[in-house]
Amino acid sequence: MIELDHVSRRFGEQLAVDDVSFSVERGTITVIVGTSGSGKSTTLRMINRLIEPTSGTILIDGKDTASVSGEELRRGIGYVIQGNGLFPHWTVARNIATVPTLLGWDSSRVARRVDELLSLFSMKPEDFREKFPHQLSGGEQQRVGVARALAAEPGLLLMDEPFGALDPIIRAKAQEDLLAVQQRLGITVVLVTHDMEEAIHLGDKIAVMDGGKLLQYAPPAEILANPAPGFVEKLVDGVDRPFRLLSLSPVASIVEPGTAEGPPILETATLRDALSELLWHRRDALPVTAGDGTVRGKISLQSLLAHASGPA
Amino acid sequence: MTDASQTAAPPVPLTARLDRVGVVVALIAVAGMDWQPFATLKPNRLISGQGLSLAGSLPTLWAAIGIGILSIATIVAVLRTNAWLRLTTGIVSLLVLALLIGLVPATVVPPGNTFARVSPASGFWLMAFAFAVLTTDAIAKLRLGPLARLGMLAGAAVAVALILGSGHWDGLSILKEYATNADKFWREGRQHILLAVSSLAAAIVVGLPLGIACHRNPTLRGITLPVLNIIQTVPSMAMYGLMIVPLSLFAASFPIAAQLGIRGIGTAPALIALFLYSLLPVVANTVVGLGEVRRSVVEAAEGMGMTRFQRLFQVELPLALPVILTGIRIVLVQNIGLVTIAALIGGGGFGTFVFQGIGQAATDLVLLGAVPTIALAFTAAILLDAVIELTERRRL
Amino acid sequence: MSRLVGPVARLAALALLLALVLRPEWFEPILKPFTENNAPAIYTQSSLLSLTLAHLGLVAVASLIGAALALVMGVFVTRPMGAEFLPLSRSLVNIGQTFPPVAVLALAVPVVGFGVKPTLIALVLYGLLPIFENTITGLKEVPGNVVEAARGMGLSPNQQLFRVELPLALPVILAGIRLSVVINMGTATIGSTVAAKGLGEVIIAGLLTSNTAFILQGGIIVALLAVLLYDALAILERRVARRTGRLAEVTG
Repeated sequence: MIELDHVSRRFGEQLAVDDVSFSVERGTITVIVGTSGSGKSTTLRMINRLIEPTSGTILIDGKDTASVSGEELRRGIGYVIQGNGLFPHWTVARNIATVPTLLGWDSSRVARRVDELLSLFSMKPEDFREKFPHQLSGGEQQRVGVARALAAEPGLLLMDEPFGALDPIIRAKAQEDLLAVQQRLGITVVLVTHDMEEAIHLGDKIAVMDGGKLLQYAPPAEILANPAPGFVEKLVDGVDRPFRLLSLSPVASIVEPGTAEGPPILETATLRDALSELLWHRRDALPVTAGDGTVRGKISLQSLLAHASGPA
Repeated sequence: MTDASQTAAPPVPLTARLDRVGVVVALIAVAGMDWQPFATLKPNRLISGQGLSLAGSLPTLWAAIGIGILSIATIVAVLRTNAWLRLTTGIVSLLVLALLIGLVPATVVPPGNTFARVSPASGFWLMAFAFAVLTTDAIAKLRLGPLARLGMLAGAAVAVALILGSGHWDGLSILKEYATNADKFWREGRQHILLAVSSLAAAIVVGLPLGIACHRNPTLRGITLPVLNIIQTVPSMAMYGLMIVPLSLFAASFPIAAQLGIRGIGTAPALIALFLYSLLPVVANTVVGLGEVRRSVVEAAEGMGMTRFQRLFQVELPLALPVILTGIRIVLVQNIGLVTIAALIGGGGFGTFVFQGIGQAATDLVLLGAVPTIALAFTAAILLDAVIELTERRRL
Repeated sequence: MSRLVGPVARLAALALLLALVLRPEWFEPILKPFTENNAPAIYTQSSLLSLTLAHLGLVAVASLIGAALALVMGVFVTRPMGAEFLPLSRSLVNIGQTFPPVAVLALAVPVVGFGVKPTLIALVLYGLLPIFENTITGLKEVPGNVVEAARGMGLSPNQQLFRVELPLALPVILAGIRLSVVINMGTATIGSTVAAKGLGEVIIAGLLTSNTAFILQGGIIVALLAVLLYDALAILERRVARRTGRLAEVTG
């Protein structure tokens, strides 16, 4: 668990981060969203002390981050930045091995770990180990960047606009990869982005920042349904809010008893998928089934619409 | 249906079959072959001599063979031909010239006459220049890699060494001059290299840390670079001259310094002047090289918990290396040239021969100093260029 | 405050230079201690003013010839008609710059004899290289879309060259000229060893008679001249660069 307690950072006259407090649960993804100059990157970089807080404390698993040296702290935390920051003069293998080598792992353990990570990101170790970064595609570079951050098995991964430089298709793929890897390894992720869509898609919780202040810290559904007035409201205005909201919940959450005519919908599908099916087949309701085909009930257009609207 | 066999290919205009660079090469080569003397014969080393044509300075058979080969080479140059053929032609022509000039002394100097001097004349130099241009053009067009270029340098060195070792050139005036100065030649050569390399080494030892400090501290950079720039601007002779003053005062006030060999003239002022000249390229290129390392890379290194030293030595310096090496190349080539002038303040080096030769109006002695200096500078440039290219290859 | 340092230092250097050249006798008390055996402290064989003017004249003529040649050649190899010469000329410039100026000077003597001629040849040949190189670089660096736009608006190739390409390349070309002038100042000093009239004469006289006072006089005047010229050309360059919106790097 990460706890930020009344953390502020001043650059000269300017208060970049102003009295921010929030805590991140272990094994979740927290996304910090804001425009440039909102203090989101500064907040992230204070967690691994690339920037020292002017005041306030940050605890990781109950331990004050200020109690160890900055370098030691950072070697235990994965860090991914925009444009990946791969070392162009080192091979992929040596890049991934950076932190394990700094930590003094023996070479066979390092080599095993490199291969394991390459495989995890579906890159054949024997094909990629000896390549140099400039021989990789943008998507591959990005994956190597994340693999490098995970090399020393950190419990926490910090990502600063990790997908900012990718084109939309590779970006979507990279987001799915991140979700899969995060679930598989059960790590905690704190990610910074300026893209609300990305935040809603990836975050278990979203922290919205503006002008150095934390405006709202809540799960995506909460942010969409009850955005804090002002900045957050404007921010979520533009993102097809009802559809976003529907895509956050599974069909199972509003299934009603009874049956209906038409092609069945899986209970694990999102409400957005259900709406799409209902509209396409011109039905008021469709049957809902479990994975094995047993009917669980029905889903109706009416209850869907109720779920998609904002507070009255 | 069209009948291809009936449409005759349009005649290729003559100009399209000519290589423009080759035409220039050929003009120079023909001018050298037909209108300028191939060699000069002087009754002794100081009296001015008389020019001999290619045909007039060689046995008839050799002259015919030589003119034949060089004429064919000229035709190859003029026509649009394959770059490898042009490269081979250029190298063969240069070799032929080197062999021909060696045959001249035995042909034109009566046996027993030890005063007469034979040296290559303008015709020889024009042809050598023309075929060197042909070779260079072919190398540039082929885009030979660093290793291939190093190979060619080694080949050229071996060829020159073989010709020198065989004694084929011994009749030429520059080697007669060498024969009377052999010991001194190697002594001055060693001194030349020593001065150039040790001042470079000192500049690296001081300049690299200074460059790193300047990279990190803009205030220091704002003071250091302009000062070093001004130092570079001071003409070398003035610099050597100015070095004499403080060092002679120093030696006068500290007898121990004088005993250690620190005097107003000689090695010490030469070394200090060269060191000062060397600083700017080393410092400036270190600053530029480090500045060009992408910020995301440095930040990633920091974010993964590298210490300042680890970042500097594992990431920043290796990435800045090609640019820093470029600075070192500039310094080395520049120093090899500047050492020549150090001879004026008793610093030694090949410049000794140059200035002695100028003083005595003895061209051969000037050449004995100038030719090895140029060869050294040239070798250093090719060598370091290749190294720089090799270090650059893997980078973005 | 710090903005005043530049102009003040410049003015002081200029005043010192003028005094050294026009009123050398003022410095006799300072220079006397550097002489031995009652040797003269002030160089009087020729007037320092005439030597300075000869020196500057030599550099000016050589730089003008060199710049004119280099510009014509640089423009030629960057036009379609001279493109075949581009790789060769780049290599030749690279090779040429490894030749030490002294060697060029020394090699010119046997061909044309002693005096101004070999010095002028060495100065022109050696000074030409940086200008040629920078002309090529400057013209090649002109953004392709700017030239394309000029072409699209119907400018003839000559108009493109004189109205768009050369003005944009000017700062880089000027940097080459500055480098060339500074190199020529130094080479002209060495020219005195082959009997060209110039300030090197004073330094050499000092070296020959072990008269440190002469060395100081000659050395300081040449050094001041070189630094001031370099500085003045750098200012000119920055002005031009600012106008075209492209700041050429001020290095070496």
